[in-house]
Amino acid sequence: MCKDASEGKHLDRKQDGARAENDWSGHLARIAEAQDRAAFAELFAHFAPRVKSFLMRSGATPTLAEDCAQEVMATVWNKSHLYDPTRATVSTWIFTIARNRRIDALRKDRRPEPEDLPWGPEPEPAAADVMAMQQETEMLRVAIRALPDAQRELIEQAYFGDLSHREIAARTGLPLGTIKSRIRLALDRLRHAMK
Amino acid sequence: MTELIKHHLTDTLLTAYAAGSLPEAFNLMVATHLSLCDSCRAQAEALEAVGGCLLAECGTEAMAADALEATFARISTGTAVPARRRDSCSVLPQPLRDYVGGDVSTIRWKPVGMGVRQAILPTSSAASARLLFIPAGAAVPDHGHRGIELTMVLQGAFSDEVDRFARGDVEVADEELEHMPVADPGEDCICLAVTDAPLRFNSWIPRLVQPFLRI
Ligand SMILES: [Zn+2]
Repeated sequence: MCKDASEGKHLDRKQDGARAENDWSGHLARIAEAQDRAAFAELFAHFAPRVKSFLMRSGATPTLAEDCAQEVMATVWNKSHLYDPTRATVSTWIFTIARNRRIDALRKDRRPEPEDLPWGPEPEPAAADVMAMQQETEMLRVAIRALPDAQRELIEQAYFGDLSHREIAARTGLPLGTIKSRIRLALDRLRHAMK
Repeated sequence: MTELIKHHLTDTLLTAYAAGSLPEAFNLMVATHLSLCDSCRAQAEALEAVGGCLLAECGTEAMAADALEATFARISTGTAVPARRRDSCSVLPQPLRDYVGGDVSTIRWKPVGMGVRQAILPTSSAASARLLFIPAGAAVPDHGHRGIELTMVLQGAFSDEVDRFARGDVEVADEELEHMPVADPGEDCICLAVTDAPLRFNSWIPRLVQPFLRI
């Protein structure tokens, strides 16, 4: 299903998106390894306004959203060594940090995290795995864009924090199959690496 | 061990966890299950990728002129975050150990009758979480549910009208289900139970007592 949606008119954007995402994981590696402030400034210019927009759409005032977006980007720097490009794109990873910040800022319920896999990301993730993750995510993005408006709006409402778990009906049609297998592979690899 | 889990979390719960809209007690349940189940963990991370796609597409809001400088100032006063270690010998996965303050030996059980013990965990009032101790071979009296109740096995196993549940398995019960879980004879059973409404007992404890016991 993802493959069909990514063909045709979306092809150009798909390639642009995949290239851009790859660049961002490189930025994060430079921050983690060399505390590269120029790389961070570029990452900041791209993501901070998106995080601020995400927080405002989740109900934060502009002042609170500004403050939280700065906090989120500071966390991106401080946690850059924990980012695993074989399990998530930079957008996804920053989404999780922004989501957690939103929960804290709006004094929502505490959200414990699952136990970490013991050794964290591999020191030298295979470029092919990183590329595959980018491509899976880009196909997901194209597929979400192609959903009927009503369904896409429901998903947005759920992720911007407007729906309770009782209101989120089990929704079909979220095309998670291939990306789920990709993440599953990455988890398996980590578990084998630690034995 | 992770491959042996038969009863998983629902996509609805995993979506709400990825979106960050669950009550604390349910978050604790999901985090505990994901610690043991790679299949649900992969599904949850795929659902986070949906959030990443929405973030990438949700438009931009201009940051303040000095935002980058201000962020560098925050970075210099912050601390790098160390990775958490996993202790694979423990009965309680890390998220639960954080609430209990240690592994099983540190749980402060309170008897609730017939050998069954419980320990209520401190969460927000939107839903409640507790650990249950069911002696090997014992039954938890027949009870129904007013809201959604999730029960996950951490040690031992239990069986009821639905199936047998072992470590990592989650039973999802709603208003429809009246059941009587019985622990396997070989080993005491320890479960995490989470509900968004008070339990309703048919034969165990009189209804009037419930507010005092907070169950
Ligand atoms: Zn599972």
